Amino acid sequence: MSMQLNSKIPEGRLEDKWRNYQLHAQLINPANKKKLNVIVVGSGLSGAGAAATLAELGYDVQCFCYQDSARRAHSVAAQGGINAAKNYQHDGDSVWRMFYDTLKGGDFRSREANVYRLAELSAPLIDHYVQQGVPFAREYGGVLVNRSFGGVQVQRTFYARGQTGQQLLLAAYSQLYKMVRAKKVKMYPRSEMMDLVVVDGKAKGIIVRDLVTGRLKRYAADAVVLATGGYSRVFRLSTLAIGCNGSAIWKAHKRGAYFAAPSFTQIHPTALPQTSEAQSKLTLMSESLRNDGRIWVPLQKDDPRKANEIPETERDYYLERRYPSFGNLAPRDIASRAAKERIDTGYGVGRLKNAVYLDFKHAIGKFGLETIKDRYGNLFNMYKKITGIDAYQEPMQISPAAHFSMGGLWVDYELMTTIPGLYAVGECNFSDHGANRLGANSLLQASIDGYFVLPNTINNYLVNALKEEHTTTDHPEFARAESEVEEHIRRILSVNGTKTVDHFHRELGKIMWQECAMSRNKPGLEDAIRKIEMLKREFWRDVKVTGAGDKMNPELEKAYRLADFIELGILMCTDALEREESCGAHFREEYQTEDGEAVRNDDQYSYVSAWEYAEGRFELHKEDLEFENIKPTVRSYK
Amino acid sequence: MEVTFKIWRQDGSEDKGALQSYEVDGLSEDMSFLEALDHLNEQLVLKGEEVIAFEYDCREGICGQCGVFINGRAHGPHDNMTTCQLHMRSFENGSTIVVEPWRAASFPVIKDLIIDRSAFDRIIEHGAYISAKTGTAPEANAIPIPKPVADAAMDAAACIGCGACVATCKNSSAALFTAAKINHLNKLPQGKAEQHRRVIGMTDQMKEEGFGSCTFTGACEVECPEGISITNIAEMNFRFIKAKIFG
Repeated sequence: MSMQLNSKIPEGRLEDKWRNYQLHAQLINPANKKKLNVIVVGSGLSGAGAAATLAELGYDVQCFCYQDSARRAHSVAAQGGINAAKNYQHDGDSVWRMFYDTLKGGDFRSREANVYRLAELSAPLIDHYVQQGVPFAREYGGVLVNRSFGGVQVQRTFYARGQTGQQLLLAAYSQLYKMVRAKKVKMYPRSEMMDLVVVDGKAKGIIVRDLVTGRLKRYAADAVVLATGGYSRVFRLSTLAIGCNGSAIWKAHKRGAYFAAPSFTQIHPTALPQTSEAQSKLTLMSESLRNDGRIWVPLQKDDPRKANEIPETERDYYLERRYPSFGNLAPRDIASRAAKERIDTGYGVGRLKNAVYLDFKHAIGKFGLETIKDRYGNLFNMYKKITGIDAYQEPMQISPAAHFSMGGLWVDYELMTTIPGLYAVGECNFSDHGANRLGANSLLQASIDGYFVLPNTINNYLVNALKEEHTTTDHPEFARAESEVEEHIRRILSVNGTKTVDHFHRELGKIMWQECAMSRNKPGLEDAIRKIEMLKREFWRDVKVTGAGDKMNPELEKAYRLADFIELGILMCTDALEREESCGAHFREEYQTEDGEAVRNDDQYSYVSAWEYAEGRFELHKEDLEFENIKPTVRSYK
Repeated sequence: MEVTFKIWRQDGSEDKGALQSYEVDGLSEDMSFLEALDHLNEQLVLKGEEVIAFEYDCREGICGQCGVFINGRAHGPHDNMTTCQLHMRSFENGSTIVVEPWRAASFPVIKDLIIDRSAFDRIIEHGAYISAKTGTAPEANAIPIPKPVADAAMDAAACIGCGACVATCKNSSAALFTAAKINHLNKLPQGKAEQHRRVIGMTDQMKEEGFGSCTFTGACEVECPEGISITNIAEMNFRFIKAKIFG
């Protein structure tokens, strides 16, 4: 069942596309909206925004999340801010400039029309959040403050102290619960989507596991929206919440949704390093630290001295050395790769030699301790809580960590996947970030998708659903999907082997981190695929999961999520292997300049890879990227 | 490093529950407290036993999902910190660590250390929002909000909803949680239209859920990971009286 990818980009000039789309979209009258129901899986910024807005429009909404409350979704963890082309700073910003920065930041591997819409809707989004009561930072005169962020020359980032994501999500969550109170949304916390139900080629519902009772339940709807976030926990150690997983989109993929650019993963340069095998999480330190901190490693390999004992002449400020014009503010992908290069060649610092120094000595000398405390006090406190080290006295140790998934389910301009009636919003789709996401664009994309785009595109599909009979959970496809889930869980519990789920997750993480993270090459990826396939067989032969399926069982949850991660890992490596060029976060060692910079190949690889699942194999489809308004250039930060 | 954990085990809400001892070795000081529990769980699996159910998600102090009583204190021995930010270096080698779930009638235990905090969501449901639909917003800078007002609203808004305030309060009062949210929205011009409804709606629901009254012991602000001040409760009480008179 192969199909031609149709991105459904509207006619007209770039500036008119979204307006043209809305002018021609089908409308549904309020009395009829009541008759239509929509399932939203996930309650982060995109999910909560979509669920609340769809309910306000009159649709009947059911929203699901695995956490104990919608407010826990991982959107809360974004610290830095949210971008918008308001040009409040009078510094020459515009929708066009933001569009260009985002497209260029993504190394020209995303769609012009989508990215333009993202920039275009960013300003009204800030209006929306202010109206919802988000306490953004203000000037004394009462107007909103902005700051700058990596890879951009204007100040367009809005923020709420170090809690921007938390505050935006609380706004979305409150709006969602307003609609719960109005009985237009039924909220299902501690509920995990286990499979998608497709009836006659259309998404018609989901199978859900109640995480408290372990019971499987069926839910039917006229459309299904996935808002399930990123999948970087495939690396095990990442900046993501422990519960973040790729299962919902993976199940959808196996039911027919194409998976786009799965290997495009952002590795964030400033996380705290791993300190032990048992570590579960890598905490992110805000990118803003690189404004004043200087990154270095010792010139001498395995230098046994403490950081402060190493004189200036014996330090290698490698970012300043390699990228004199951007220095410590080089973009994330470049800063991460440069750190990896130093660590791999034996210059790493810290107990496990897996970190680099981020030093504030010069900044403290120049601006004074009080200024640095004022700028970064909360981050230094956090650093001390976690490491026990006072970073005013000695340099921080930082290390790259898996962070954001640019890849995700392939969606068209309407955010619909290749399964009619199945939508993907927020981080779980592939739409706007190309091969590398700019800082403070993730909260933006999640919000725009959920609040502004989906509620204006889903009607185009639902108008036809009105003419059809509602599918009920009595349909045989529901029974079939439910029994498959039941069988899957039974299989996991019956292996009764000798190794824990965490053991397999650590192994998967090591393979993925080694071969499919910052730096990739053909033999390594081929080897990784073989190793993961072996790991998969080993998992199904030797995993041990205690407890039962029909009650609360956190170990079982970890196990079925990992089973999907293992399969997803194979697809990620397959995608990285296929793309024989370096672009953004995807760096293939074979395609670099003499001094180690990425070489993109627009002639052959200017497309979005969209993978179809075919009985355990993956078939590649290509959506060619056409640049009508800008000309792709070489990114240089020298 | 090795320690003895005494952990509350309770197989479902109907079970009576009891503390069970576990000797755990192979720990390191760099491990977080939750990673030490992960480590214990792996050992339990290998022994064929059911894992200890405990709550977490972000593991960086912001989602509010973790939270247990550790040696009689909410979120462990330090002030203003979440359980996930606690590390084993805070404990002596060989020590005994007692771990229990939040104890409050309004937070029933679901299993082991996991409790049901949905009462918080229902308080939110009763007014913690500005009733404006998506698409109706005026220009963001149209209403100037002085920096001190915005900062004070942010201070109150910082609550992560972990429930430590309730758990540590001898009355199991949710006053700090409720006050923080009311004050965040009522301070802002956008929140004014519904200010009285909000105070009455949310405080009524707080009582409905069975949370106790506040007697100003100040225990909550010590444990609050975001350091939300108890003065918020006084402010809420003032707003409550105002709502009763003018609302």
